Formats: sequence, C-alpha cells, structure tokens
Amino acid sequence: MLELEHVWKSYRIGALGSKRLTAVRDVSFQIAPGEVLSVVGESGSGKTTIGKMVLQLASVTRGTIRLDGADVTARGHRERKAYYRRVQGVFQDPFSSYNPIFKADRVLETVRESYFPRTGRGEWNEKVENSLQAVRLDPGSVLGKYPHQLSGGQLQRMLIARALLLDIEVLVADEIISMLDASTRIDVLNLLGELKERGLGVLFITHDLSLANYISERVVIMRHGAVVETGATGTVFGDPRHPYSRNLLASVPQLHRKWSDDPATPQELEPDGDRSVDPPPLTRVGEQHWVAAHP
Amino acid sequence: MSADLVLQTEIVGKRNEHLYFALRNRKVVIGSSIVLALLLLGVVGPFFLSSTPNEYVGPKSAAPSGDYWFGTTYFGQDVFAQFVHGLRSSYLVGALGGAIAFVIGLSVGFTAGYRGGLVDEFLNMITNVVLVLPALAVLIVISSYLEVRGVVSQAVIIGLFSWPWVAKAVRSQTFTLRNRDYVDLARLTGKRAPQIIVREVMPNMASYLLMAIILLFGGAILFAAMLDFIGLGPTNAVSLGTMMQQSMAWSALHLGLWWWFVPPGLAITAIVGSLYITNVGLDEVFNPKLREM
Ligand SMILES: Nc1ncnc2c1ncn2[C@@H]1O[C@H](COP(=O)(O)OP(=O)(O)O)[C@@H](O)[C@H]1O
Ligand SMILES: [Mg+2]
Repeated sequence: MLELEHVWKSYRIGALGSKRLTAVRDVSFQIAPGEVLSVVGESGSGKTTIGKMVLQLASVTRGTIRLDGADVTARGHRERKAYYRRVQGVFQDPFSSYNPIFKADRVLETVRESYFPRTGRGEWNEKVENSLQAVRLDPGSVLGKYPHQLSGGQLQRMLIARALLLDIEVLVADEIISMLDASTRIDVLNLLGELKERGLGVLFITHDLSLANYISERVVIMRHGAVVETGATGTVFGDPRHPYSRNLLASVPQLHRKWSDDPATPQELEPDGDRSVDPPPLTRVGEQHWVAAHP
Repeated sequence: MSADLVLQTEIVGKRNEHLYFALRNRKVVIGSSIVLALLLLGVVGPFFLSSTPNEYVGPKSAAPSGDYWFGTTYFGQDVFAQFVHGLRSSYLVGALGGAIAFVIGLSVGFTAGYRGGLVDEFLNMITNVVLVLPALAVLIVISSYLEVRGVVSQAVIIGLFSWPWVAKAVRSQTFTLRNRDYVDLARLTGKRAPQIIVREVMPNMASYLLMAIILLFGGAILFAAMLDFIGLGPTNAVSLGTMMQQSMAWSALHLGLWWWFVPPGLAITAIVGSLYITNVGLDEVFNPKLREM
C-alpha cells in the first residue's frame, strides 16, 4: 500500500533559488495493491511532480510518502535502490526514455547489471523473454534494435517489461499513452488492466478523463497543485460537484455530439491565488466522494 | 551518396558510420596525417640524435647540409636536433596542458550541469572569474616568478587557465541532457550520478568532447609558443618557441640564418593549422548537414 500524506512540493526557481514555486499542495491519497488510481488535471497542475516524488526523483518538501507503512522519503542510495525494486515508473515520451545511441534492450540489461548481477545469462534471457511476452512483445522483433527502429507502443511496452523484471508492487505511469497513436493506446491501457489483476497498484497520471474513467477505480482531480475533487470514478464523473471538474467533463468531446450543436460554456473559475497557504479543505459529499470548498 | 552506402551505414551503426566518413573526409585525413607525422618525428627522432641539443657541435652559422640537415645556429648547435627535441616538448605541453584543462573543464561542467542549483551557481561564478582573468598577464607573473621553468610546469599553468570555455560548453549540454527521461530511468535502476554521467550523458557528447580535446591541445601548443617567444619558456629544455626566441635574440633574421627560425615557425603553424583543419573536417563528419556529398 502506497500512501501520500499531506505532501507538498515547492521548487526553487530564480537566481540563487530566491523564489519558490509551489507545484503540489497538501495532497493525500492511497493506492492499494490491485488498484488503479488516476490523477487528472490540466497541464501544470502538478501531476508529474507527484509521480516524481513517489519515484523519489524529486524531493518531498513537506509531508510523507509511505510504502507499507514505512516512510520512504529522503533516504540513502542503498535504500533508494531497494525501493526501486518495488516501485517503478514509465514516462510520457517513449523516445526520450531511451538513450538514442544505444540499443533499446539496454534498458533491460541495466536492470540485470544493478539487480541481478549473479543471474546466469541463460536464466536471464528466459526472464527477459517472459516479461516481454507478458507485455505481448515478440522478443525476436524487439531485441537488438535501436529505439528509432521501434514504434512508440513497442517502446512503452518494453519499459513496462523492464519494470516487470523487478517484481514491482507499484507502477507510476505518467501519461504513458498520450504520445501513442490511437490503435496502440488501447492495447497498452488494457495491459495496465492486466497488471492490476496481477495485484499491482498503478498510479495512472493523465489529462484525459475518458482514460481515467476507463481504467481506474478511483480518481483524484487536481488544479493548481491541489486536489479539487476525489472519490470513486463512477461517483465523481457521474455527479461532479466542483466547477472545475464539471468544466473538465464538459470539455470531453463526445462521439454523438458536434461542435455546432451546443458549444458548452464553461463556468467561471477562481484564478490561481497564493499557493503557499493551505488549499481549500475537502469535504465529504457522499460515500466515496470528496470535494474542495469552492464559492 | 549511393543507396547501398546508406544501407551499409544503417547496418554498421552510428559509431562506425562516423569512422567511415572521417576516413573519407579530406580535411580530417590531411590534418591528422600532418599532426601525426610531426608527432612521430618528435617521439622517435630524439632516439637517433644527440640527447643534448644545446651542445656546440658544429661550425657556426652553417647552412643546411648533409651533416646538419637544418644547418647550425650562430653558436654551432645542430638545428635539426633542437627541432626534433622542440617538437617533443611542444607535443608534451599540448598533451599535458590540454589534458589538465580537459579534466578540469569536464569535472566542473558535468558537476554544474548535472547538480544544478546552488552548486551550479557557485561553479559558474568560479568559471567566470577564471574566464575574465587576464590569463596572459597572470601567466607572465607566475612564469617569471618560477626560477626553474620546465615543460611540465608550463603545461600545468596553461592547463589551469584554459578550461573555462570547456566547462561552460559541457555544462550547457549536460543541462539539456540530464532532463531526458533516460537519465531518470537510469536513476530508477539504482545508478549513481557519476555512473549516469559517464554512461548516459557523456556518450551523447562524444563528438563534441573529441573536438574540445583537439582545440585544447592546439591552444596549449600555441600558448606555450607565445610564452616561450617572450622569454618565459622552459629554462631546462628546448621547445619550438624557445628556438624562435633564441634566433630572434641573436638577430638570425639580419644575419640571414633563415634555417634557424623557419623550421620551428613552420612547425608550430603546421601543427596548429592542421589541428584546426581536422576539427573543421570532424565537424562535417559529425554534422551530416555540412558533409560534402
Ligand atoms: N524541475 C522544476 N523546476 C521548477 N519548476 C518546475 C519543475 N518541474 C515542474 N515545475 C513546475 O511545477 C508545476 C507543475 O508541473 P508538473 O508537475 O509537470 O505538471 P503536470 O504534469 O500536471 O503538467 C508547473 O508550473 C511547472 O512549471
Ligand atoms: Mg506532466
């Protein structure tokens, strides 16, 4: 079980770190094994920053992140390395995730180097083959190729296979299908569904509500670094209470509607204010449904 | 470029592709041949010649002949022996001074670019200070302060002053590369920062670093020659610069002893010029847009 408790993040910006930009404000949530939690919000709302903090690629300014009850933040290199056995990530841009001058399967080889130095070559190859098959990649057609010779979908799957080599418990998936073409998107998405069935907890970061709706049990909607609404996916999307959530939902283009029919007018929202103060508190408005105070 | 050539390079991969084009680039081939030929002469030559090139061995002010290929100096020293030893010193200064500058520049640049934040600002400040220091003036002060000056101490001093532009360039490249997701992925594989720099960041700037080495090498040779020429060269060895300085000090130009100063002068020009030409050629190799098809 991964838990975030009142997590804040502010980046130092400007000369000599003189200014601060608060990217994440007082965010709390849990992800249980076998559960997909979606974090949704507009660009710049702090989604990626949350993923990076969970992956310890960015430090936590305030608050705690726990894995099975143990605080995981700010530890030494060895503990961090052990943590990455259990928690892994896949990022948005498949082509940026691979070093272009090396073969793509190097991402698998470095895992062996770091975590399985004593595993024999034959045994390792078998392990690689199994994990590639688990993400429905044909080993013969992806091994030994350079990244530019593979498709975005293949590259993202290989990164998931890389994570599977480590028997992970939590996967952070930051917009992993937003750069894929429509036909491969659904396959990768379904793959996440299968991982969930295998007991993995998935932090699914997306700006696309329909994806969140499709894959996740629970959803967190963020704006300006803070949570505005959260709860069970069906409840939140069926009855959005916060004006921001309503706007988001209204902005999803629907198959049976045309632009000319009725251009939905979005509701006026509060502008971004002082981010260093506590965000509006969440109040419970139903079973499995919380919403931030709003005017 | 023919179609099968494209196919061929596709298969052999990027590195071999670079080698392939480098060996077919006239600038690279000619430039590096000259540099290597003179290097060979400087390395091998002294074994066949007197180890004391400053000794007065022959007739005074003799023109080039079968015995003394480059003639003799005003005092009867063998100019060819001096030349060969001078080549060796110049290459040594270039290699050592360039290497020192390269190592400092790389360390500072990588640390600043990878760590960012306050570390970066601090290192950037130091880099700027060294950059704006009037290096020549400082070198003159330091050099004249040292009583016994050798080739090595000269190289160290030069190295300590010529790294800033490398540090700046490496820093800005590292800055962009470290934000690539594959760096994060390497961290997620439990790699430490130095390992990530060497294995993920550095290979992506290999071509750039090669060119930096060449420029530092040539720059150090030129700088050393300048110091030598104004009388701050090694006191215990011959270099191409000290040969020029001696020949000028004893009015070789007026006395018509052209064989005394032309070989060292040409050699310095040839080495530095060839390095520059090699670099332009390498730029074409690494940057396919510049390639002559
Ligand atoms: N390394 C960083 N340094 C400074 N500011 C950052 C950094 N990373 C992100 N930010 C800022 O934090 C805010 C949230 O960014 P991000 O988490 O990437 O949002 P999202 O993924 O929701 O688009 C943005 O305003 C962004 O400019
Ligand atoms: Mg993002």
